Order: sequence, then structure tokens, then C-alpha cells
Amino acid sequence: MVTSHYSPQAENKTIWVFLEQQDGVLEEVSLELLARGRELADQLGWTLEGLLLGQHVAGLAPHGIACGADRIWLAEHDLLEHFTIEAFTQVACQLLLQKRPSVFWLGATPNGRDLAGRLAVRLRTGLNADCTDLRIEPREGLLVCEVSGFGGGVLAMIEMRNHRPQMATVRPGVFALPHPDPSRVGEVISMEIDLDPAIIQTRVIERSVGAGLNLSRVPFLVTGGRGMEGDFKILEQLAQLFEGEVGATRPPVDEGHVGRERQVGQTGVVCSPKVALCCGISGAFHFVVGIEKASLVIAINSDPEAPIFEYADYCVVGDVHEVLPELIAVLSGQQVTYA
Amino acid sequence: MPELRQVVCMKVVPKPEEIRVDYETGLLKRASARSEINPPDMNALEMALSLKDFYGGRLEIISMGPPYFEPVLRAGLAMGADHLTLLSDAAFAGADTLATTYTLAQGIRKLGGADLIFCGEESSDGATGQVPPGLAEWLEVPQLTLLTALELDIECRVARGRREIKGGYEVLEVPLPCVVSVKTASNEPRFMDYRRQYWASEAERLKVWNAEDLSADPDCIGLTGSPTTVSGLAEAASRERRRQFLTGTPSELATQIAELLQKSL
Ligand SMILES: Cc1cc2nc3c(=O)[nH]c(=O)nc-3n(C[C@H](O)[C@H](O)[C@H](O)COP(=O)(O)OP(=O)(O)OC[C@H]3O[C@@H](n4cnc5c(N)ncnc54)[C@H](O)[C@@H]3O)c2cc1C
Ligand SMILES: Cc1cc2nc3c(=O)[nH]c(=O)nc-3n(C[C@H](O)[C@H](O)[C@H](O)COP(=O)(O)OP(=O)(O)OC[C@H]3O[C@@H](n4cnc5c(N)ncnc54)[C@H](O)[C@@H]3O)c2cc1C
Repeated sequence: MVTSHYSPQAENKTIWVFLEQQDGVLEEVSLELLARGRELADQLGWTLEGLLLGQHVAGLAPHGIACGADRIWLAEHDLLEHFTIEAFTQVACQLLLQKRPSVFWLGATPNGRDLAGRLAVRLRTGLNADCTDLRIEPREGLLVCEVSGFGGGVLAMIEMRNHRPQMATVRPGVFALPHPDPSRVGEVISMEIDLDPAIIQTRVIERSVGAGLNLSRVPFLVTGGRGMEGDFKILEQLAQLFEGEVGATRPPVDEGHVGRERQVGQTGVVCSPKVALCCGISGAFHFVVGIEKASLVIAINSDPEAPIFEYADYCVVGDVHEVLPELIAVLSGQQVTYA
Repeated sequence: MPELRQVVCMKVVPKPEEIRVDYETGLLKRASARSEINPPDMNALEMALSLKDFYGGRLEIISMGPPYFEPVLRAGLAMGADHLTLLSDAAFAGADTLATTYTLAQGIRKLGGADLIFCGEESSDGATGQVPPGLAEWLEVPQLTLLTALELDIECRVARGRREIKGGYEVLEVPLPCVVSVKTASNEPRFMDYRRQYWASEAERLKVWNAEDLSADPDCIGLTGSPTTVSGLAEAASRERRRQFLTGTPSELATQIAELLQKSL
């Protein structure tokens, strides 16, 4: 067996959450992890701690505490201004080895996943990806990660008995956001770190990040697939009637009919709308994981055998090009009448 | 200038649209699905091949998996790769990402290393995306992940890649050698060259290495080398949808959908 750098016997009963920040804002997924961590820490009598790395980021610590952390480990350094895998891995590794938390969670964002993947190998520990639930078994303090096997039909419970920290990543939108409580007390501890500029091999040449549409909490999600044959205008029109947003499967995104930020599913966004309307979508599991959390799913597909109907509350066998114009007519007609 | 050496890591996966779940047992009917090369690995291969078109050099495919991977992967040879190495041993079975990355790293070392080590962004089955950064860590080289484009400055021995991040992109530069992971659909993988097919099917295109060939530490491979264990399986509760079919003409259907929307929003 490979042994991790510290063993379960040497662990501290604490849950660590990586507080990812971008341009001075904490990522929502980090706050969602704090919310889940708070619940578990309270059940077990453990502490919940945030790991905050960057330059001039101390100002974000109080929000971490308001969102549930008992303690924030803060490391600020010029070389942490931009995310580079070398600097972040080095510092996180140092602090993990010093404080030896039992559990360490990260958001499954591009940087979070990269960091987690490196750290797990450096620490010789296990890493569970894209967990759909996290629990801690109280007797031995084992982290039980629920991951959904493909098809979504099977859930696997994964744990690691002999390796620490018990690492897991969770995608944005899986856990609910906390209600911040500014009166919560906690401590912020600034850590001395040792960072040699020579280890950093990555140079950031250019960076362009827009406002960033976030589909994960949109209440009305109108998704279109290949069956729309590129007609996303009509979906936009429909979405606007209820202040919703348009999402898509991968093919229309690849074909350029919709922006990449609107892709729903495994390699897109996991959404939790009140209503997801799926138009001309076959229901591949890569897509379905993105709408599983919807309260209500309505699917329109011309093929009565389409797998999407397995995942829908209301199944409409019909041609999107016929049903959707009618739907808009009905809805706008009614709006005129009743508004 | 020494020749450019590239290795592309490719995994064989069941075709997603052919996987069926047995709702009685909650298990996957893997046997019902045909195999294919993990789609983004085709994009990784294409990215590497286009560099080879320009700079020449040698391009090898490496994969860890059972013998049935071999015929599937030969397509990569017909597309333009020079050689295929399959890491195959019963002792590799049950590997999680720690053991997988260790084994692949051992294989790449035995191949003599490379300037560029390509992966797909994630597999369509395990889908952890942990192999590229983990591999880079074992090999102690930098990484460029989630790329849609890559260029080399061969004189300065640097790679510059465009990486997809939330709401935008960044351009990163690292020295060679490095690990690269490629986004799905970031390019159009070329067709197999039919003139290469016979050549691609020849025995000498393939090497199969087992644990001993890799001088692999038995503690680091397969199930033994995997910290994570599956402790239980459960059926997902989330499939409790009504699955109620609506009927009528398009306009009757529209009226029913409209009512549902107005009630729920
Ligand atoms: C690693 C990996 C990651 C992936 N990640 C994602 C992801 O994040 N999100 C995602 O969506 N996909 C993802 N995919 C792709 C996924 O596997 C499917 O290929 C994709 O979801 C299919 O999209 P679709 O349903 O729009 O197209 P199709 O499967 O082609 O389905 C089109 C549907 O439209 C119906 N239709 C056609 N015409 C009409 C009409 N006039 N009226 C009504 N219905 C009509 C057809 O009956 C059919 O069911 C991924 C794949 C891989 C390999
Ligand atoms: C449903 C499911 C969930 C899983 N969850 C976890 C988990 O949470 N943690 C964990 O440690 N393991 C997990 N595993 C096991 C994991 O899939 C295997 O360790 C696998 O060997 C590599 O991981 P991946 O498929 O996720 O690769 P990814 O990291 O998603 O693949 C990225 C790229 O790495 C390369 N690559 C991956 N595997 C190989 C290979 N065998 N040969 C050559 N190149 C390869 C390919 O280029 C691929 O595109 C899971 C498996 C399944 C089926």
C-alpha cells in the first residue's frame, strides 16, 4: 500500500475547505462547501476551517467566517496574486502538512480540480471527484463521498480508510449557499509561508474573463439540443417571458449557436431551476446530470422513445418547431390579457 | 534541433449513448455498449498530430488498460501516430487516479520521456479530470490544462496554450517538457488514412508492457495502490420523475405546457 504523508492517527478532527477566490471575490462553490461543512462539523463536534491563499485577500476572511468557518488560515504573498499551479500546490501542501486536517474539500472548478489533482499525488492520498454528497461517519471520522456513476442510476459510496487528508471535489451548485451571519465569530490566522519564485514555471501571458453568466441558480431554464437545429432565438423569447435563461446541450455549443457558458451537464453547468424545459434533447447522461436537481422537468421531443422522457415529469411528444411557436403565442396572448 | 517527442495518453471507454442501466439491479450493463476512444483524447491526438505535421518528430500513444483496448487504439496509428504502447497487467486492475497516474508515468519514463505529454480534459466514464495534473506531478513537469489551442516556440523550448476558465480564457506559458490536457471538440480530428491501415495493423506497431516491464512498485499499482475504495452502491433516488405523457395537437400541447409553467413559476 502507498502511505500518505500523514496517517489517520496523526490527523486533526477538522474539515478544511479551499476558499477559492478570483479577483477579490470568493467563489460560490467554496461558500456552498462551507455550508455543508458547517452542518457536518456541528453534528460531529469538529471544527470547520477555510484555506485562503492570494495577495491582499485578508478582506475576504470575515465573509468565510460569516458563512460558517471557525477559523481561516490565511497565506498572502506576491507570488500568489494569480493562480499558478506550482505556487498554490506548494503553499497548500505546506499548510496541510503543518495542520493535518482529516478532510479537505475543493470546488470542482478548473483551478480547483487542477490543484486537487496535483496535491493528491504529492500527498499520496485519495481524491474523490465531483461528489454529489459528502457525509462523515461519526465513529471513525471517515468521509463517505457519494458519486453518481454514469447513467446517473447508480450511486457509489467511496471512502479511504488509511490515507489523509480525505480529499474531495464538488461541482458548483450541488450544495445550497449558506445564509451569511455577520455576527458569527471566528479567528483569522495569518501563516508564514516559504515560497521560492524559482519553482513557478507557469507564466500568465493574458487573461480575459467576462462578467460570467451563472446558470446554476436560474429559476427557469430553457434548454435546447441538436433538435432545435440552431434556432435558439425562439428559446430566448420563451425564457424572457419568465425571466429565465437559455441553456444548451453540447452539440449546439460546439456548432456555435450558443455560448460555451450556457452548456448544461457534465462538462457544463449543474443547474437547480424550478423548471427545466428541454427542447430537442435526447437525454444523454452527460446532459441529464445538469438538470437532475430541477424541481420540474418538461421535455419536448419528436421521438417517443427518447431517453430524456425517463428523466422528465411531463413528456411532450412533438416537433419543437411546431409546439414552441404555439407556446409563445399562448403565453404572450395570456400576458396581454392578464398583465 | 533535436526531434520533437510527443506522447498521447488515450483511454478506451464504452460509448455513452449505448450504456444501459438495469433499473432492477441498479447496475450498468457495460457489455451492451461498444467501445470507442475517449472523445477528447481524439482532440488531444489531433493537436499532437498537427504539431507533428509542422515540426516532425515522433508521436507515441500510451494507454493503460485490458487487451481489448488494443484494436480500438490502432485507429490512432492509422491517423498518424508512430507507435502504440499498452500497459496491461491484471495487477493494474482497479486503479484509482493515484495508481493510474503512477502507472502511466512509469510507462512514459520507460518510453524515454517526451517534450509534450497529451491527455484529454476528462474521460467520459470516470470523468475525474485528475489524470493530467496527477501525471504532471509524478513526472515533475508543468501542466497546461483545458486547452483549446497550443503553440510552441521550439527555439526557446516553451509551450503556450489557451486555457478555458470560467467566463473566459487565459493564455499560459510553460517550459517544455509539460503535460497538456485538451478540451473536447477543440478541433476536428482527422480521418484515418486508409493507406496507413495495413501498416497500423502490423504487430511491430505495438508494445505491451506489464508491471514487471515497468519496474513498477507493487504497492503503487492497481487496487493495492489505490487509496479510495468503493464501500457501497445504491440506486439513485433522483429518478422519481412523473414521466407523464401529454397528448394533443401542437396547440393543445402548448396550452398544457403554458399552464404548467404558469403554475410552477
Ligand atoms: C466527455 C464528454 C462530456 C460531455 N459533456 C456534455 C455536457 O456537459 N453537456 C451535454 O449536453 N453533453 C455533453 N456531452 C455530449 C453528450 O454525450 C451528448 O452527445 C449530447 O448531450 C447530445 O446532445 P443532444 O441531446 O442535443 O443531441 P442528440 O443526442 O442528437 O439529440 C437530439 C434530439 O432531438 C430530437 N429532435 C430532433 N428534431 C426534433 C424536432 N424537430 N422536435 C423535437 N425533437 C427533435 C431527436 O429525437 C433527439 O432525441 C459530453 C460527451 C462527452 C464524451
Ligand atoms: C463512475 C466512476 C467514478 C470514478 N470516480 C473516481 C474518483 O472519484 N476518484 C478516483 O481516484 N478514481 C475514480 N474512478 C476511477 C478512475 O476512473 C480511474 O482511476 C481511471 O483509471 C482514470 O481516471 P479518469 O477516467 O477519471 O480519467 P480523467 O482524469 O478524467 O482522464 C483525463 C485524461 O487522462 C488520460 N487517461 C485517463 N485514463 C487513462 C488510461 N487508463 N490510459 C491512458 N490515458 C488515460 C486520457 O487522456 C483522458 O482523457 C472512477 C471511475 C468511474 C467509472
